[in-house]
Amino acid sequence: MAEPSHPGGRRPGWQALDRGQRARPWEWVAEQAIRVVSVTAIVLVFLIFVFVMREALPVLLGRVNSAAAQERRALPVEQMDRLDPEELRQYLELSRKEFAEMDRDTLRLLMEVKLEAAEEVPEDKDAPLNTAAWRYLLGPHQWTGYDRPAYIWQPVSSIHKYNIVPLIVGSLKTSVVALLFAVPLALAAALYVSQLAPPRLKEWVKPGIELLAGIPSVVLGFFGLVVLATFLQQVCGYASRLNAFVAGIALGLACIPVIFSIAEDALTSVPRSFSEAALALGSSRWQAAWQVVLPAAVPGVFAAIVLGFGRAVGETMVVLMASGNASLLTWSVFDSTRTMTATIAAELAETVFGGHHYRILFLLGALLFAVTFLSNLLGELVIQRLKRRLEGGR
Amino acid sequence: MMDLSITTRDLNLWYAKFQALRQVSVEIKHGLITSLIGPSGCGKTTLLRCFNRVNERYGYVTTTGEIRILGKNIYDPDVSLVELRKSVGMVFQRPNPLPLSVYENVVFGLRIHGERHELERARLDEAVEKALSEVGLWDDLKDRLDTKASTLQLEQQQKLCIARLLPLKPEVILLDEPCSALDVDGTRAIEELLFSLKGRYTMLIVTHNMAQARRASDECLYMLLGEIVEHRRTEDLFLHPQDPRTAEYIEGRYG
Repeated sequence: MAEPSHPGGRRPGWQALDRGQRARPWEWVAEQAIRVVSVTAIVLVFLIFVFVMREALPVLLGRVNSAAAQERRALPVEQMDRLDPEELRQYLELSRKEFAEMDRDTLRLLMEVKLEAAEEVPEDKDAPLNTAAWRYLLGPHQWTGYDRPAYIWQPVSSIHKYNIVPLIVGSLKTSVVALLFAVPLALAAALYVSQLAPPRLKEWVKPGIELLAGIPSVVLGFFGLVVLATFLQQVCGYASRLNAFVAGIALGLACIPVIFSIAEDALTSVPRSFSEAALALGSSRWQAAWQVVLPAAVPGVFAAIVLGFGRAVGETMVVLMASGNASLLTWSVFDSTRTMTATIAAELAETVFGGHHYRILFLLGALLFAVTFLSNLLGELVIQRLKRRLEGGR
Repeated sequence: MMDLSITTRDLNLWYAKFQALRQVSVEIKHGLITSLIGPSGCGKTTLLRCFNRVNERYGYVTTTGEIRILGKNIYDPDVSLVELRKSVGMVFQRPNPLPLSVYENVVFGLRIHGERHELERARLDEAVEKALSEVGLWDDLKDRLDTKASTLQLEQQQKLCIARLLPLKPEVILLDEPCSALDVDGTRAIEELLFSLKGRYTMLIVTHNMAQARRASDECLYMLLGEIVEHRRTEDLFLHPQDPRTAEYIEGRYG
């Protein structure tokens, strides 16, 4: 059968109609490249989560033993030759590869270390306790030398005390102070900039406040440590110079741009027709902003606060420098305090890789991850609801 | 001679460097519906917005000349914007009920202006019933006063936007293309509502729809490039336009 004739003898392929993706090869390549990059980013975040959880998992499952006196007794060094290699390897807690690489003298040294460690076990009623178990992580315990049960974080004492409650309370204290300081300021600024400020001023103030977000937190921490701490102590007259209050205020400076920027967006995205309607009814600009625009933007403002909280809980450098870092469990914000983030930053580099201290720090990390993840998720959900309400409602 | 509600003299307005109104002098009669027609960008909405000074929201507007409402020049420095807007209500192109309940929308004006003793529940209830009855929404909505105003049909929303002006007992109601977001039935309903309010309020309506201007207004203002070209009774303007530019526009040869 003859091909149907086309005008000018042209076939359907004459303009690459039948070439599919190959008709625009570079766009196809770019598309695929972007896809690979974006998937990589998602996978990386997921892998970080997996890594943190993997390191913390033994604690979660109760498989870590941090007792100062382990049950197995130590053997005298002379017995080394009587053990067969496999027994020796297990006794010294080495992997097969490590064991194979070590010569006799090294093994001998390790035997001595083991023996010394056994001899140094404190004569303490708490020495056999596995302090990494949940009841010691979360509950109070009357340690030797204390006159009542207490929540103690002392990971490098001879008995490793790993109670994380003081750290959680420390994080909460500084975050709450930070929010109490930052939320009113940031919201007032957002309301002013989005509703009341003349346009020209807005052009300067908004980027100005958002520039605050670019200040490295170590600079804020330094400012808190050197300037704020002295100033606030002179004003308030409390005993310890570095405390949750100082850290909270410095932390608040870090939160203000986050809260301001999101709240300002939420307030600005309230349809102009609302404030116009209120103004045309004779309300003052203040009444329109306060009684109409702010209520309409409440979900967005709430989201801003939640995200600000996430920032406050997760911030490290400021609290490490300005909070005093004493792991006391008190409710006063004028006591020195230690947060989860500062603990990880200060201690992780000095732990035994894979040891109980190391794993418990990762447990703290997982906890932080969960808290910030949940607060960000909550904030995001609320923003979505706001969008739907404002777009769908009209 | 009828009472005059609004008179302007030599009104000029600039958006930054652009002059949007030129030497506008008009007299709007009390209790009538006056429509403003003209091609896009001729300044009709700008003129409308001068009457309650919402133009000034944008910082770059300059106005000269004078507008008298109830004998008072509203551009005098001692004029209270709040009181001005109380007596000159405005209805917008898209219905813009506040994100509140129907009830709260109607009493919003009272709440922001009222003295505390005026805000007793009974008084507010009465005001809501009166205002909604006047716009013909009471029978439909009396059982749904707590629903969000944004869930109503557009036509009901627009009526509500008119209703919420009434408790403030305005002198003038400005309507900026109040039917352009509505369908045919909605448009007719709003027009009928305007007729029923005639006599008590002075109404100024900006419209793109010449048929609507013809149907729904007593007097008509034709504007072009920021100037008033012709201002006469609607019938006369449409049947015997005196200015050739008006004739061109209403015959559809221009605009």
